[in-house]
Amino acid sequence: MRLHQIAHCRTGDKGNISNISVIAYDRAHFDLLRKILTSQQVATRFANIAGGPIERYELPQLGALNFVLHNALGGGVTRSLALDAHGKCLASAMLDIEIPDF
Amino acid sequence: MKTLRIGTGAGFAGDRIEPAVELAQNGNLDYLVFECLAERTIALAQQARMADPDAGYDPLLERRMRAVLPICHHNKTRIISNMGAANPVMAGQRTLEIARELGLTGLSIAVVCGDDVHDQLNPNTFTLMETGETLAQFNKPVISANAYLGAGPIVEALVQGADIVLTGRVADPAMFLAPQIYEFGWSMDDWQKLGRGTLVGHLLECGGQITGGYFADPGVKDVPDIARLGFPLAEVSENGDAIITKTPGTGGIVSVATCSEQLLYEVHNPASYLQPDVIADFSGVHIQQVGPDRVAITGGSGHARTSTLKVSVGYVDSFIGEGQISYAGAGCVARGRLALDIVRERLNITNVTCQEIRCDLIGLDAVLGAFEGDTTRIPEIRARFTARTASLADARRIGEEVESLYLNGPAAGGGVTRSARQIVGIVSGLLDETLITPTLTMLEV
Repeated sequence: MRLHQIAHCRTGDKGNISNISVIAYDRAHFDLLRKILTSQQVATRFANIAGGPIERYELPQLGALNFVLHNALGGGVTRSLALDAHGKCLASAMLDIEIPDF
Repeated sequence: MKTLRIGTGAGFAGDRIEPAVELAQNGNLDYLVFECLAERTIALAQQARMADPDAGYDPLLERRMRAVLPICHHNKTRIISNMGAANPVMAGQRTLEIARELGLTGLSIAVVCGDDVHDQLNPNTFTLMETGETLAQFNKPVISANAYLGAGPIVEALVQGADIVLTGRVADPAMFLAPQIYEFGWSMDDWQKLGRGTLVGHLLECGGQITGGYFADPGVKDVPDIARLGFPLAEVSENGDAIITKTPGTGGIVSVATCSEQLLYEVHNPASYLQPDVIADFSGVHIQQVGPDRVAITGGSGHARTSTLKVSVGYVDSFIGEGQISYAGAGCVARGRLALDIVRERLNITNVTCQEIRCDLIGLDAVLGAFEGDTTRIPEIRARFTARTASLADARRIGEEVESLYLNGPAAGGGVTRSARQIVGIVSGLLDETLITPTLTMLEV
């Protein structure tokens, strides 16, 4: 199954850094999210886009993870040649990630 | 216990006006805040001001003020906005004239200046966060330099009785924090309260993004009546806890999901959200549905602020030229790639120097990068060639070469669009807060 079935996401941009929140619809799924959605897995998903390190922050009471992708916006929103300079589309790409059925 | 009602009238410079009017009419608001300055807006506004000394404030200021001033005046709702952009004084003057034209009297308009630190920056010591160089080493034509002011000067404006406060660059949440400090008498070192007030500002500052905008995903996250999306308001308690809601009858949705998404929007470490007045801490925030379109926000906190303010420097970076052309049907991907190769070679042949080139096939690889699957059955793509150049003339050459493909390129290419524009870039650094002196001017109608 895809992450899309249990979580929703939003992208934000600051300079050349994109942050993508991943929020479980059901907070009971948070432990699962925390276990399977590692920074490494996110780095693999965005290997074509994010060139820098990826940090992960946890907000268990909200059922949420927050990923911070460095060097992910083509040099920065204001001067990027990318079609989606803000990286707004990245949140939905995160939801494509395949997770084990449970 | 006192409850303060603060609404959002705009979440960006081009935002809709009609939901602001609706909120002013039906929100029973104490304050209506218009956030209209993106990172680059003020540099562009400064360019406009250089061309015309009377310009440089938000182009929609007049339309917005005409639409909401009579209602806000009648309802005793105060207005706070950064629509002053690069020219807060003229924004104040223009607002004064509009108030007069509308026959409104007894209005105080406060103009906050001092964010423009262009003349205070020492290029030899001001260090850029992005590159580690000094501004002098960076060596680009600087257009503007503006410090992110905090809530202080807005609070002072409210103390002096302002009905409308117009600023240039201030931290976005500070425009929402200021009325909370003023109305509740919070101390400027009550970090928990300032953190909570900042949280309210952070949640409200993007307008419709917390009422169902930037959210809908049909079948999964449905948003009712989304074309009539209402703008949000917060009912804030004296301890800084708040309920986020919207007015009945408007479209959209305020839910735990919309609020959770917006809480983390443009946030890196949730425990350390740096602001001029406080380091806000969102890490322990609780979000709970307490009624239809009513969500309680509790548990915000904060820590002592730093002694520096962030300064954004706008500079002329480069020019970007772009051209697009569509191909469809059998072989469209190959024809699109051929088109991009032709443009690249033509720019070489004609001696157009590109600092950076990007080629995309929209529909295949433009957003997420290289596409690995089978491309033989793709129904249509749009080839996009874009490049950075040192001059506008060179940038225009990109689109010209794409347009030439009509007669000189692969089979069946159609729908060319092209553009060339100057790129204003933004870099930033920190400035000691003691070097920045906000000023306040009061205008009376």
